[in-house]
Amino acid sequence: MSIDALSAILLIPAFSAALLAILPGYRLTAKLNVVAALATFLTSLSLFVVEPVSGQYLLMDDLNKVFIVLTTFVSFTTSVFSASYIQHEIETGRLAPAFLRFYHAMYQTLMFAMNLALLANNIGLMWVAVEVATLTTVLMVGIYRTHEALEAAWKYFILGSVGIALALFGTILVYMAARPVVGEGLDGMVWTVLVKHAAQFDPALLNVAFAFLLLGYGTKVGLAPLHAWLPDAHAEGPTPISAVLSGLLLNVALYALLRFKMMLAVNSAAIAPGPLMVTMGLMSVIFAALMLYRRRDIKRMFAYSSIEHMGIIVFAFGMGGPLANFAGLLHMTMHSLTKSAIFFAVGHIAQVKGTQKIADIGGLTVTNPVLGWGLMLGVIAIVGLPPLGIFMSEFLVVSSTFARAPGLTVILVLGIIIALGGLFLRIGPVMFGEPKGKTAPAEASYVPMFTHLGLVLMAGIYLPPVLVTGFQNVAKLLG
Amino acid sequence: MSSLQFDIAHLLAGSLVLASFMMLYQDRLYALLNVYALHAGVLALSVAWQAYVQQAPHLYVTALIALVFKAIIIPVALHRIIKRLGIHREIENAIGVGLTMMAGIGLVALSMVVMLRVTPGADALAREDLAFALSVVLLGLLIMVTRRNAVSQVVGFMSLENGLVLAATGAKGMPLVVEISVAFSVLIAFIVIGIFLFRIRERFDSVDVQELDRFRGERR
Repeated sequence: MSIDALSAILLIPAFSAALLAILPGYRLTAKLNVVAALATFLTSLSLFVVEPVSGQYLLMDDLNKVFIVLTTFVSFTTSVFSASYIQHEIETGRLAPAFLRFYHAMYQTLMFAMNLALLANNIGLMWVAVEVATLTTVLMVGIYRTHEALEAAWKYFILGSVGIALALFGTILVYMAARPVVGEGLDGMVWTVLVKHAAQFDPALLNVAFAFLLLGYGTKVGLAPLHAWLPDAHAEGPTPISAVLSGLLLNVALYALLRFKMMLAVNSAAIAPGPLMVTMGLMSVIFAALMLYRRRDIKRMFAYSSIEHMGIIVFAFGMGGPLANFAGLLHMTMHSLTKSAIFFAVGHIAQVKGTQKIADIGGLTVTNPVLGWGLMLGVIAIVGLPPLGIFMSEFLVVSSTFARAPGLTVILVLGIIIALGGLFLRIGPVMFGEPKGKTAPAEASYVPMFTHLGLVLMAGIYLPPVLVTGFQNVAKLLG
Repeated sequence: MSSLQFDIAHLLAGSLVLASFMMLYQDRLYALLNVYALHAGVLALSVAWQAYVQQAPHLYVTALIALVFKAIIIPVALHRIIKRLGIHREIENAIGVGLTMMAGIGLVALSMVVMLRVTPGADALAREDLAFALSVVLLGLLIMVTRRNAVSQVVGFMSLENGLVLAATGAKGMPLVVEISVAFSVLIAFIVIGIFLFRIRERFDSVDVQELDRFRGERR
């Protein structure tokens, strides 16, 4: 069998992980990490040119094309950021060079697992991939081996495993529902087969299955009240991992949820998954928005902001329909780009100042103007102010759902406004207050951050028609 | 399927739930590990019986993994870790035994009501297996929340995974991919946990998770 683009997207990270685990010297491996991520990204771009054929294990359609391109792009830019971040960590002695071999191998393993989860056509395989992604991030979160890092990793591990266990139970139930119709064996787990026959599945069994899947994968999406692992994991791990967690891994779990939602949508007798997702989404938005007010740790604060935005996205997909789905997809893309850019800035800021405590960081626009204004731009984007991309996607979410559910949309808007207040209240002194902490100039790589922010700004002003039609197709697919 | 075959499968799956209940009230780590070994042994028997009944030879592999890996290797290794860490003292239950047992009974009743009601179409064996499996999963969760000690939380998690294996084998003809993945996940989970336990030991001189809680970033 010849190697097509689909298997290449999986093989490149897998081989790089093995290679990076062997090679010594962090300068070389950091560069190789970037090269591997770039190669994966370029391969994913080729999906637009040649459409590969889906098989029993791997699947390619418009939906996961969006996810794959976004994932490989952000992994690439994060690997560029990671190279300069890691160099600083080595110089200050926070990370031993020996750990770096492990770190880079884990980074590529994580890429492999995420790509596999997105490409899998088999719900069992998808589950395995999400589990591998969880385990690699657990190891990465604990890499600093401080009290806080270990606690965060432990908590993440326990809650993540429980979530993943519930998801497996849901997966088994889906197979049970499919067996009488599809027959025994492999076909009962192939997603394309399942969707084709889902109308004849036993609706009661599907309902229970979805409840487990929502709880299981919902834990990984970070939906309230299952989010407890998320702030700790974001705050205590290396910042490149926070960027990947927020920007990508949450999306991957969401993708799994969307696949099952599509399956349930085919079966008219099963419960509509929408209202459940809308409820959890709104809960997350309101909860996270209120939690923003009392944050003392800057990475933890942006972690709560991620919960809020995942809530908005899940709300949009829960409402469903071509417009809301379009808005949800756009918001997901914008959030991934913006939040990872913010973490790029925050990572360098924490390194310059030597602390993550909001109280100890001040006057960034004076002491480190480029980083400071970069972060400020990111915050302006993330709270949803015009003319940036998130304003547009949030506007679309609100306007596409207002006519159908005015009450719910008002709650959503309230949440967004509360979050805006919370973030500005906390970030104000950091930006414009009295200069505090060390004022050494940053040895930062600004390119990834400003690339992301530039894309977000461009999306806010002008969306290329190619992108719009692409997203519209996916939105139709999601139903 | 003859009624004897069904009865034996029923008996074994029921014993697994019973073993989960026994884990709930163990207040010493060694005793908890021994019951876990029993739990895994019962699982191995149950899976082997399913393999025989369903005439699915690949399930024997799953049974063997359960027997060798879960019932022997892991308990022995954890015994050693406990000894090395010097923590073979009592487990502090977060809530009393009586209350825990009541909660356990409630959870089993819940899973019976849920699973039996939604699966009238499936064959009797699969139904019962799923209901028992969900009970084991929920009891595993209960063990995890009522314990503070990291080792006993891990044991709770492993008993939860046993419930998942029971569910996967009960679903007739489920592709092998999943069984292997479950076994693998336990293996990986164990390695991760092992590393964690050692690091926790190294840093805290205790594996009590409450010790960890004190270092929460926000609580100062």
